[in-house]
Amino acid sequence: MSKDIRIKKGLNINLVGAAEQTTSKAVLSNVYAINLNDFHGIMPKMLVKEGASVKAGEPLFYNKDVEEMKFVSPVAGELVEIVRGARRKILTLKISANKSGEVVEHSTLNLASATAEDVKSQLLLSGCWSFIKQRPYDVVANPEVAPKAIFISGYTTAPLAADLDYVLKGKEKELQAAVTALATLTSGNVHVSVGGSNSPLSGLSGVTEHKVAGPHPAGLVGTQINKIDPVNKGEVVWTVNAQDLVIIGELLLTGKFNAQRTIALAGSAVKSPKYYTTTIGAEISTFLYGSGVSIENFRVINGDVLTGSKTSPEGYLGFYNNTVSVIPEGDDYELFGWNKPVFNKISSTRAMTFSWLSPNKKYDLTTNTNGEHRAFVVTGAYEKVFPLDIYPMQLLKACMIKDLDEMEQLGLYEVAPEDFALTEFICISKQPHQQIIREGLDLLQKEIG
Amino acid sequence: MGLKNTLHNLKEKYKGKKMAPAFNAIHTFLYLPNETTHSGSHVRAADDLKRTMNTVIMALVPVLLFGMFNAGYQHYSAINGFPADFSLLNDFLTWDNFLIGVTTVLPLVIVSYVIGLAVEFVFAVIKGHEVEEGYLVTGMLVPLIVPIDTPLWMLAIAVIFGVVIGKEVFGGTGMNILNPALTIRAFLFFAYPTWMSGDKVWVHEAVERAGTADAISGETILGQLAQNTDASYSISDMFFGFIPGSVGETSTFLILLGGLFLIFTKIASWRIMLSAVIGALTMGLIFNGVVSADWISEGSKFYGLMSFEFWQHLLVGGLAFGIVYMATDPVTGSQTNKGKWYYGFFIGFISVLIRVFNPAYPEGVFLAILLMNVFAPTIDHYVVQANVKRRLKRSKKATA
Repeated sequence: MSKDIRIKKGLNINLVGAAEQTTSKAVLSNVYAINLNDFHGIMPKMLVKEGASVKAGEPLFYNKDVEEMKFVSPVAGELVEIVRGARRKILTLKISANKSGEVVEHSTLNLASATAEDVKSQLLLSGCWSFIKQRPYDVVANPEVAPKAIFISGYTTAPLAADLDYVLKGKEKELQAAVTALATLTSGNVHVSVGGSNSPLSGLSGVTEHKVAGPHPAGLVGTQINKIDPVNKGEVVWTVNAQDLVIIGELLLTGKFNAQRTIALAGSAVKSPKYYTTTIGAEISTFLYGSGVSIENFRVINGDVLTGSKTSPEGYLGFYNNTVSVIPEGDDYELFGWNKPVFNKISSTRAMTFSWLSPNKKYDLTTNTNGEHRAFVVTGAYEKVFPLDIYPMQLLKACMIKDLDEMEQLGLYEVAPEDFALTEFICISKQPHQQIIREGLDLLQKEIG
Repeated sequence: MGLKNTLHNLKEKYKGKKMAPAFNAIHTFLYLPNETTHSGSHVRAADDLKRTMNTVIMALVPVLLFGMFNAGYQHYSAINGFPADFSLLNDFLTWDNFLIGVTTVLPLVIVSYVIGLAVEFVFAVIKGHEVEEGYLVTGMLVPLIVPIDTPLWMLAIAVIFGVVIGKEVFGGTGMNILNPALTIRAFLFFAYPTWMSGDKVWVHEAVERAGTADAISGETILGQLAQNTDASYSISDMFFGFIPGSVGETSTFLILLGGLFLIFTKIASWRIMLSAVIGALTMGLIFNGVVSADWISEGSKFYGLMSFEFWQHLLVGGLAFGIVYMATDPVTGSQTNKGKWYYGFFIGFISVLIRVFNPAYPEGVFLAILLMNVFAPTIDHYVVQANVKRRLKRSKKATA
């Protein structure tokens, strides 16, 4: 019962600086870091002390709510620093790598006969569970509640994001192992969406395959869930990034946690944007300066420009990111910027903005907001880029006034902040949509659970 | 750049102070701010609220200019009689006509903006929020929907009332229930009815000259029809706007161009405009039907307006102006696409209904829009509930 998905509503943001399809090996990083903000809503309980030496794949901390859920070190080395913030909240764990390359060895699973319990305990123990996220709430999945389906998007539409067809090439064995294992965890289907039949994710067995087409956000897993099998109240679905399937698959096949990943370094500020093989938590400077930066005032983003988080060359590759974007900062004034004709920025209107003339032109956008924060005024604009069967502005307003009933009724269970990245992009009132949705989800989770 | 840095330093100096919103409001008119994104989407589209509002103002400028020339044209025609063979260049676009416009219309524009923005600034400073751009359009709309000789003090009072009661008490731009420009118009209408209707107010100096030997008058077409006299203007006069009326409402042609521009730029909703036109035509057809079925006699006081060709309703009075520039206000209108169809339809429908049945004042557009402003949230509620019900049904099916 494969279902083809064709999206009409949406907007492709074409940016200068897409990564060229060649892969280099990044310089080895001295220090690796795990940023706890990547695991939204997890209360960490440390398992190792500062100064202790760890192997690659050795648990660093566990989830206070689900003790079996371990989070592991990407490399072998010494836990040199636990960076804490206000009220001693753990922010970052820094591991100084050593050359030993010691890896925790798990027993391998026979996937043909493995039960759901086997798979679950293997993933929890090895740290691979953290790659599985759930909706509602867009947090690391709760292993106690079985999902009605698992969704994997193998199609990229986000601006400058790593092309999954390219980075997953040759990983078919790992991908197959991972989806076979995941299939045991749900009574429903494992839905895999691909752009075409040349995707490495195409033709996997034991999954329901969907062909996706259309502008961004067609590639977002949230869009696909909404079109294939939307989340209802009381239901749970899980999602896994296609690229993280490789790490899961390798663990299941070899018993080793291999945090290596091919990432795209892209953006108009990068001299030679291309792909790098590196490791989760690696210092961004280890590959950023390999490609070179063409300007002085730039911003480094962990992830794509629509959903990533701000970091710096001294920062570290995020746990879930396969893209690092570098774009110019826009912290400058522009004379009469609000009324003069605009040719060098993207717009969803034609109000003296001319991006509609050349839909395929690539733009060099900065981080300027192009205007100030205002109350919601314009209506009907979000709907044009929001393909989900949800009223976006009404849902945002429900979150802002913290009306739990309305948030539920309007479909907050179905969405993640990233689904609102495009509406945020085009928002004339410059409202922080993703933050509003995140806070709404947190409130709903706290109140209803 | 010198000015840029000076202003930047001043902005830093004012930061957190009481006058900061006032300074920033002026600063951002000169320079797009240096604000950058922090989280979420790191890049943003080019449009902001200022650009949106500015686009509406651009669509209003031709109407304003036409209104200025028409002010003079109606004035001199009322004195000397309408020219026999009308020529656009010799009789309409003349320096004399324009001069009348400058001395009558411009003061209205200036008072509207100065008073309205002053109120906005005061509220922004007191409440510590930024000056939002909503009044840029309101301030332009107000002079266009009042009779030409509206006393300036009257306008000032109405603007203060409209901005404070119509908008600021609800929390400012984006929060108001009623269209502020129409609230101002309604205030004027109910507080000073003799200045807002009749046969003396539509032509410059008609009021002053009343009762003297030089008396002039200029009745609107709707006024004539309401008294069961035939309209004394040709269809092309009505369409191009060489007729008496509120400053900006007369030229259906330029309003149509403005509407098309707003639709093309994707600023205003074509759904509202189209459905309002359909609504007005529907009601007009019903009345025409009543007349042709002989349900009312020629002696009826409604006969004149009921027998008026249904499509000509769009050419006279403020209907076209209201549909294009006021009904499409996104804040006070319906917010859902489906709701916009109902909202627009009823605006057109009720406008013509009021127009025909209100003997005292034969124009109903502003009342119809204000009425639908009140009902817009209700319409949206039912549209959104359909989505909620669909979701509930899906969930029941899944658990069944």
